[in-house]
Amino acid sequence: MKFSRLIFANLFRKKIRLLLTIGSFAIALFLFTFLAVVRSAFSRGTDLAGADRLVVINRVGLINTMPLAYGDKIRQIHGVKFVTHNNWFGGVYQDEKNFFPQFVIDPENQRQVMTEMRVPDDQWKNFASDRQGAIAGRNLAKRFHWKVGDRIPLQNALYGPTKTWEFNLDGIYTNDKEGGDESQFWLQWNYFYENVPTVIKGQAGWWVLKLDSPDDAVRVGRTIDSNFANSSYETKTETESAFQASFAKQLGNIQLLITTIGSVVFFTLLLVTGNTMAISIRERTGELAVLKAIGFSGRFVLFFVLAESLVIALIGGLIGLGLAILAIPVVGANLNGLLPPLLLSATALGMGVVLAVFVGVASGLLPGIGAMRLRVVDALRRV
Amino acid sequence: MAIPLIYNFRSVKSRWASAIVAVVGIGGTVGVFVAMLSLARGFKATLVSSGSPDNAIIMRAGATSEMTGGVTIDTLKVIQDEPGIARSADGPLVTAEVVLVAPIPLISTGTDANVEVRGVSKNVLEIRKNIKIAEGRMFTPGLAEIVVGKNATASYAGLTLGNTISLGSVRWKIVGIFDAGGSAFDSDVWGDAHLIGPAFNRPDIYFQSITAHLTSPAAFQQLKDAATTDPRLNVDVTREIDYYSKQSSRLTTLITVLGGLVAAVMAIGAVFGALNTMYSAVAERGREIATMRALGFGGPSVVFSFVVEALFIAFVGGLVGCVAVLPLNGLTTGAMNLQTFSHVAFAFRISPELLVKGIVFALSMGLVGGFLPALRAARMPVATALREL
Repeated sequence: MKFSRLIFANLFRKKIRLLLTIGSFAIALFLFTFLAVVRSAFSRGTDLAGADRLVVINRVGLINTMPLAYGDKIRQIHGVKFVTHNNWFGGVYQDEKNFFPQFVIDPENQRQVMTEMRVPDDQWKNFASDRQGAIAGRNLAKRFHWKVGDRIPLQNALYGPTKTWEFNLDGIYTNDKEGGDESQFWLQWNYFYENVPTVIKGQAGWWVLKLDSPDDAVRVGRTIDSNFANSSYETKTETESAFQASFAKQLGNIQLLITTIGSVVFFTLLLVTGNTMAISIRERTGELAVLKAIGFSGRFVLFFVLAESLVIALIGGLIGLGLAILAIPVVGANLNGLLPPLLLSATALGMGVVLAVFVGVASGLLPGIGAMRLRVVDALRRV
Repeated sequence: MAIPLIYNFRSVKSRWASAIVAVVGIGGTVGVFVAMLSLARGFKATLVSSGSPDNAIIMRAGATSEMTGGVTIDTLKVIQDEPGIARSADGPLVTAEVVLVAPIPLISTGTDANVEVRGVSKNVLEIRKNIKIAEGRMFTPGLAEIVVGKNATASYAGLTLGNTISLGSVRWKIVGIFDAGGSAFDSDVWGDAHLIGPAFNRPDIYFQSITAHLTSPAAFQQLKDAATTDPRLNVDVTREIDYYSKQSSRLTTLITVLGGLVAAVMAIGAVFGALNTMYSAVAERGREIATMRALGFGGPSVVFSFVVEALFIAFVGGLVGCVAVLPLNGLTTGAMNLQTFSHVAFAFRISPELLVKGIVFALSMGLVGGFLPALRAARMPVATALREL
């Protein structure tokens, strides 16, 4: 482009101002991307839930258990492919602060239902034959620097007097879905069963089922709930995503909070760049008038101003996104356990670029139109 | 010799358009900072005010929250006779409680939230003295009646006075609404422990926790020593106020860390904005500054003058930020307590001290953003600057 030299010469007229504007742009875009990532981390459970999975819980409340024998009845319902029963373990690793979800699982069926959580076959075989076996998610293992073969003690006060349960880490699962949950700890049903008081034996916390077809979800859900209606343990069957969503909603209005902060950031950004562009155009009124006087059209002047603000926006934006790409994994690793894993998606990056272009155009538009409408005579007369 | 302050005010006034950028940048940052901190504080205050220094909570040794606790009726019988526990005419002031969560739809979203359902002893109001029945009456022991907290009645569908609602296997009549003074109990539903447990398939002899009213706050140690050395017991005794402040730690840490991170990064952006404003202020006023220098004002007074100007802008920004978030004060919102998985309503809490912190934060941004431009102003060679157009 033949005018690029002119545009760049003008950009570098005030180097400090250029740096600061690009800097504030980069910061704003970095924050915006970061917030978008945190926001999506909170809703990811819902987004990634299997469409062909149902969760059966006790109607009375999540923490109430149901007879284990329900599992066989559920399995017989037409359209149900696999059923696995789970229970909440609720142990403490070293300190209460080290919270992570621990599930007692049914080793026979867990892998058939949770197909995206993959454990290498040899590790799974060790786990299945090891009463004290355990499987940890990759993130969880990373958080506590666990390796396969480690012995992991968990304190548990939930089932009778507090005692320490010992586990052998036999395997590490990874999640096929990008950003999927890798923070769970799985332990053997039989080991659990043997060590809990009689009242809890023969009870399961919830079932997860895999259906032949996701279209069948409503019918199967209704069948299950009506089968157990009016019993002393009524059930509530939901799709996995509805189940996750009800959890996410209870976390509070985090989405709204993050959106609000994001808008504050965005508005501030628009104002900063808009003002900088206005100042630098105002300073150059004379020059622009000369450009027009020697024959450049009003539209060209507008284009000229817009190009300048777009270049600033794009450079600032790209630096901000680069910062986000570098910093988010580091921040995510430090917040491991406190937040769901942070994942920088292509959508978030794409949105960042769109945002940068939008702000670039918007902030250049007003001074640009002013420059386009500039009357040469007036401008040249002004000192 | 100092440059009169009025000079700075007038300069800011005549260049308001560029000053506004710094004001908004700093204001936005301070607003986010104060809002996030007030959210964390509100949550913490709600939980902490649930506890009272002259109550002790007794749970099975090693239990981290009531949800994971468990004490049997045998323990209760032993505890009742331990020293340090206050008594009334009816006997020891001890409430053995069953704590559960039950799904009830939120009015705001229509989706279920986990409401904390607490089975309590009949003398609970003598133990938790800051809780008063605001409307209706207390439940009658032995009847399927419940009382609900004032936030619970406002947040959940169907928890209104006189209504009947299914919880567990029983239909309960709501006979009263209690006011727990903004504490976490305000989000609770309370009924007779001997009925709540069985309605949720819990044996009648099993409780999550025991709360005892002490003869005085100082009697805590006496009770703790007695209960932990008693061979018949295997329990932890915690002052109620300590228990609840620990309960709030996870969500509070999450909000503080996240909010702090965002505010810190935003502050860098705001400082950039302030630097920009101040640099262009210095650049535009080259001749003015040179004139002042020529009149005999020294370099330090020019630096001082510009730093004051930046501080003034920052102060206005800080005020704007504080005023903008002030309406949040007292606004009730809800969140899940990450330690008990129950939904708790709480209010943003903006204290004067928090506002002062916001202003100090703004001033420090102003100082950082104003110092370098001020230095440049003082270093400008007088002769060249005067000659400049």
